[in-house]
Amino acid sequence: MELLLFDAFNGLIQGTFYALMALGLSLIISLNSVINFAHGGFMVVGAYLAYTLAPYIGFWGALFAGPILAGFIGIIVERTLVRYMYGRPDPIYSLLLTFGFALIIEDVVRTIWGAQGLPFEIPSALNSPVSTTYFFVTGYRLFVIAAIALATIALFAFLRLSRFGIRIRAGILDLETVSTLGVNVYLLRSVNFAIGTLLAGFAGVLAAGILQLAPTMGDDVIMATFVAVVVGGIGSLLGSVLGGLLIGLAAGVTTAYYPAASDVVIYIIMAVVLIVRPRGLLGQEGLFE
Amino acid sequence: MSRRIYVNGAVWLLLLTAALWLPLIGGYMALASRVLVYALAAMGLNLLLGFTGCMSFGEAAYFGLGGYGTGLFLTHLTHSTVLAVIAGTIVGGLAAFLFGPLVMRRRGIYFAMITVAIGQIFYFIAERWNSFTGGEDGLAGFSRQPLHLGFAIVPLDAVAFYYFVLFFFAIGAGVIALLLHSPLGHTFIAIRENRRRAQFLGIHVERYVWASFAIAGVIAGLAGALNALQNNFISPINLYWVESGNLVIMAVLGGMRSFWGPLVGAIIFVGIQDYVSSYFPNNWETFIGGLFIVAVIFFPNGILGIVRRRMKAA
Repeated sequence: MELLLFDAFNGLIQGTFYALMALGLSLIISLNSVINFAHGGFMVVGAYLAYTLAPYIGFWGALFAGPILAGFIGIIVERTLVRYMYGRPDPIYSLLLTFGFALIIEDVVRTIWGAQGLPFEIPSALNSPVSTTYFFVTGYRLFVIAAIALATIALFAFLRLSRFGIRIRAGILDLETVSTLGVNVYLLRSVNFAIGTLLAGFAGVLAAGILQLAPTMGDDVIMATFVAVVVGGIGSLLGSVLGGLLIGLAAGVTTAYYPAASDVVIYIIMAVVLIVRPRGLLGQEGLFE
Repeated sequence: MSRRIYVNGAVWLLLLTAALWLPLIGGYMALASRVLVYALAAMGLNLLLGFTGCMSFGEAAYFGLGGYGTGLFLTHLTHSTVLAVIAGTIVGGLAAFLFGPLVMRRRGIYFAMITVAIGQIFYFIAERWNSFTGGEDGLAGFSRQPLHLGFAIVPLDAVAFYYFVLFFFAIGAGVIALLLHSPLGHTFIAIRENRRRAQFLGIHVERYVWASFAIAGVIAGLAGALNALQNNFISPINLYWVESGNLVIMAVLGGMRSFWGPLVGAIIFVGIQDYVSSYFPNNWETFIGGLFIVAVIFFPNGILGIVRRRMKAA
């Protein structure tokens, strides 16, 4: 029972990462109509930049600086490469473009920081165990859950309450109409892409505190993130969060019973969901078909 | 019409005489075999991608399964290389046939995602089932056996193996060509052009997507079988989604709408991979990634798409 709780809790943490990644990916898919295979790459970039900056500006500074820089790189990539994809209805092109970019990111990161894993220091205040009664929980893990929950709430508040956020949501529904109403949709798409990559960077910095930094850390996450988006339903932000939590939890619980299947279970869930509910849990008809 | 005969004649002539001219331009036969193997897999995939209009992103599953089928068959059952190839083809094709009903109703990105999911399931099975598949380290310990042709025994060295691969490549390409000129192939293209209208005309679209998926799986299985023999080794990496992405980029790079497009794409992809990795062993991924980006932005219709447009303009 204790082991199950422990694995389930770890799965939940994993799920919050997937949810945060899936949220950014989902935003980019919905407004930019781009399937961003480089999303894991932006996560890695955010993490490594935070690692490099941390000795100068401390953990807390790096926690914000890493994601913001990932967002800036997102804008640059959107302006120089991704924008060529907007006129093309077939999603295969954006998928291949970002796939290529993901390869480049991984290679560049490996060249600059090396292929070996690097440890990411977190403040000792966060590193101490909070509870040892049931199982071992460090404060950092609780902090991660809180930080991701806060980021998610902040994003939803931004999309609901701010003028810019409302325009993003309107653009997701009908970009052409939003454009005719005088909104600068180029800016809208750039900023939206940057928000997505910023969230990925944030996930990267938080993940770096639990795992080691490695150039390939994005590879393992990107596919799970896609699974989360598809399980939740493409086009639904809330669905992405649910999908992420669900597959993380499922992987955790599977680890308790049958560790060898913990990687494969998320794909089985996705296959089952697509058979039972072809558009995912909360997906809408017609997007990307 | 006559132009097509010239083009086909030229392609086959070049492929048949590769042993003569390839060393002159700095190539070697194992590289040529690898090009043919990937070209075959990409041509099979292109049946689905370019001619039926279904974005499969999990073709590596059937490619890898074909390889595992061949490797395991050679390890446990037989010493006949040809039988092992047939076994691998059947394994790949059967898997695609069985999973067809799961994918045939999906469209667009959902088609891509469910094909990826199936591929990843096979990847993790191959990676974890140590006792049977060799796990993460891959399956080694089998090797291609000499061919018994009745009148002679031919050891499959690099040159002989190239012609062995070319033989199966010709069968695969021939099947695809026949198919595309048959009513079945025309139906595939009709589905690509307008799925809904095809449905209104009484075509069972899903059944045809299933057929296309299964045939692509057979071809991928055959290519995977040849790949396993080429390396005398098969690894879970051949099942991984990155491998599927490589096959897709070969088809797109050469030209999804052209019959020979995937071959051109495979020549460029495998060629660059080989060339760059010998000069920049640590950074070849950047070149491949850059190739993806350049291809997608500047040659969305592939290289043969450009050639064709030039010819039309002339």
